[in-house]
Amino acid sequence: MAQERIFGTGSRREEEPDAPAPATPPSSGAAQAQHDTRGTDDLLAEIDGVLETNAEAFVKGFVQKGGQ
Amino acid sequence: MERRIYGIETEFGLTHSAPQGRPLGADETARRLFAPVLAWGRASNVFLPNGGRLYLDVGSHPEYATAEAATLQDVVAQDAAGERIVDDLRAQLQESLDAEGVGGTVHLFKNNADSAGNSFGSHENYMIARRTEFSRLVQHLLPLLVTRQILVGAGRVHPDGPPSFGSLALGDGRPGYSFSQRADHVWEGSSSATTRSRPMINTRDEPHADAERYRRLHVITGDSSMSQTTTALKIGITDAVLRMIEAGQILPDRTLADPAAALRQVSHDLTGLAPLELAAGGHRSAIELQREYLEEVTRFVQRHGAHHDRLDWVLGLWDRGLRAVEEQDSALVDRELDWAIKKKLLDSYASAHGMDWSHPRMAQLDLAYHDTSARHGLFHMLERRGAVETFVTPQDVERAVVEGPPTRAQMRGRFVAAAHDAGVSTTVDWVHLKLNGEHQQSTVMCKDPFATTQPDVEGLIAEITSGRA
Repeated sequence: MAQERIFGTGSRREEEPDAPAPATPPSSGAAQAQHDTRGTDDLLAEIDGVLETNAEAFVKGFVQKGGQ
Repeated sequence: MERRIYGIETEFGLTHSAPQGRPLGADETARRLFAPVLAWGRASNVFLPNGGRLYLDVGSHPEYATAEAATLQDVVAQDAAGERIVDDLRAQLQESLDAEGVGGTVHLFKNNADSAGNSFGSHENYMIARRTEFSRLVQHLLPLLVTRQILVGAGRVHPDGPPSFGSLALGDGRPGYSFSQRADHVWEGSSSATTRSRPMINTRDEPHADAERYRRLHVITGDSSMSQTTTALKIGITDAVLRMIEAGQILPDRTLADPAAALRQVSHDLTGLAPLELAAGGHRSAIELQREYLEEVTRFVQRHGAHHDRLDWVLGLWDRGLRAVEEQDSALVDRELDWAIKKKLLDSYASAHGMDWSHPRMAQLDLAYHDTSARHGLFHMLERRGAVETFVTPQDVERAVVEGPPTRAQMRGRFVAAAHDAGVSTTVDWVHLKLNGEHQQSTVMCKDPFATTQPDVEGLIAEITSGRA
């Protein structure tokens, strides 16, 4: 997804993690459910990997003067 | 009108978080974020080669105004491009801070509220016909704007329960989730103010076009959307109702007794059933009002035909979004509408960790959903996993970063790009283009926002590229 920057040089979005390989569509309902569960667990793990540990401090730290 | 210009202005939230060190202040973060803009355009308020505008607004908010778009696809692509452009500035600032050893993380949020109760907006602009009586238009549009949040709200966690609003009891008063980010921060129906007493419709009359024919409707009550499909539905519904009002369709009076109170009641009631008081007496729920608008628009379209190629899509998602609330089954729209996409994510996190709405992690996830970073942003994480729908292709967005949509914006963008490449100084606004300097060029006016070319503008561009300017 590299593209030219408007401001400055170099390619952008270099921090973007590689997209996970598309999973093969499961064939049965049970397989679908299992797939969803695995997908959710995996997603929640990825979220925990990027969130700052101290949730309260992070949220309180975001104070912006009012806009329009 | 059958064809109109759309635009979206987005104020972004910005913060530098450094748990191990000293974070930069808000003003300094914004100033440093805009350093590359200043270097590029010698100002912190610039028009871009895609025709859009980027600037630092009230309260040190980075703000991006999309170029004039004439289709839903183009306004969605331009809005997404704006997020990319500002996020790229964030990435550059992060690189600089890392190189300086300052550390911490810069976060840019496309949301509408911070932890201290401040709000910043997403402003929608619709070109409307001057001949339509404005007070009648506002009368019929306000009840739509008050209730459309049950479809296109961005969702918000309230760890301490709904903020108080006079004596009005909101929701069940307990920690919870609302449809809208912005509803708790809007104070009246329509006025010319923006920050002092924030209205839903700003009545300031700046058409940025032929003032005899057009007016610009400035809606400032909406939430910023992360989801492309939510953006498209938000603009698509509002446009469809405007078209019907402009055509002179007779509509019943649905004026709400207290629009600001109703906005909050609707936001904090996930059932969509709370009775809203009408000025003429009686009550209607958000669901009832939305169903009435949808039926009227559907009948109007049956009589007059579709005015664009995504209207069926708009009407289909409008109906399904209402069913999701009526049937209390948000899974019907949890790939397309922000409030439902976010709620699904938060519900799974809460149930996996045994948390409720009051847990600090919920408010953090709410904020992280709007983080524009591909790595830290939860919406973008879902997008990468294919868990949400899109409205335009990644190629459309890439193109929109560097090129204006086929309106006046494309012409402005070509002018800006040519002048920048040639190092020529210019003065640009939404309507005017001018070359600065000793040549004393006359100002060229672009009054028709649909025109993609104009002989005098082409003349200016030729002058720049031939080195005569």
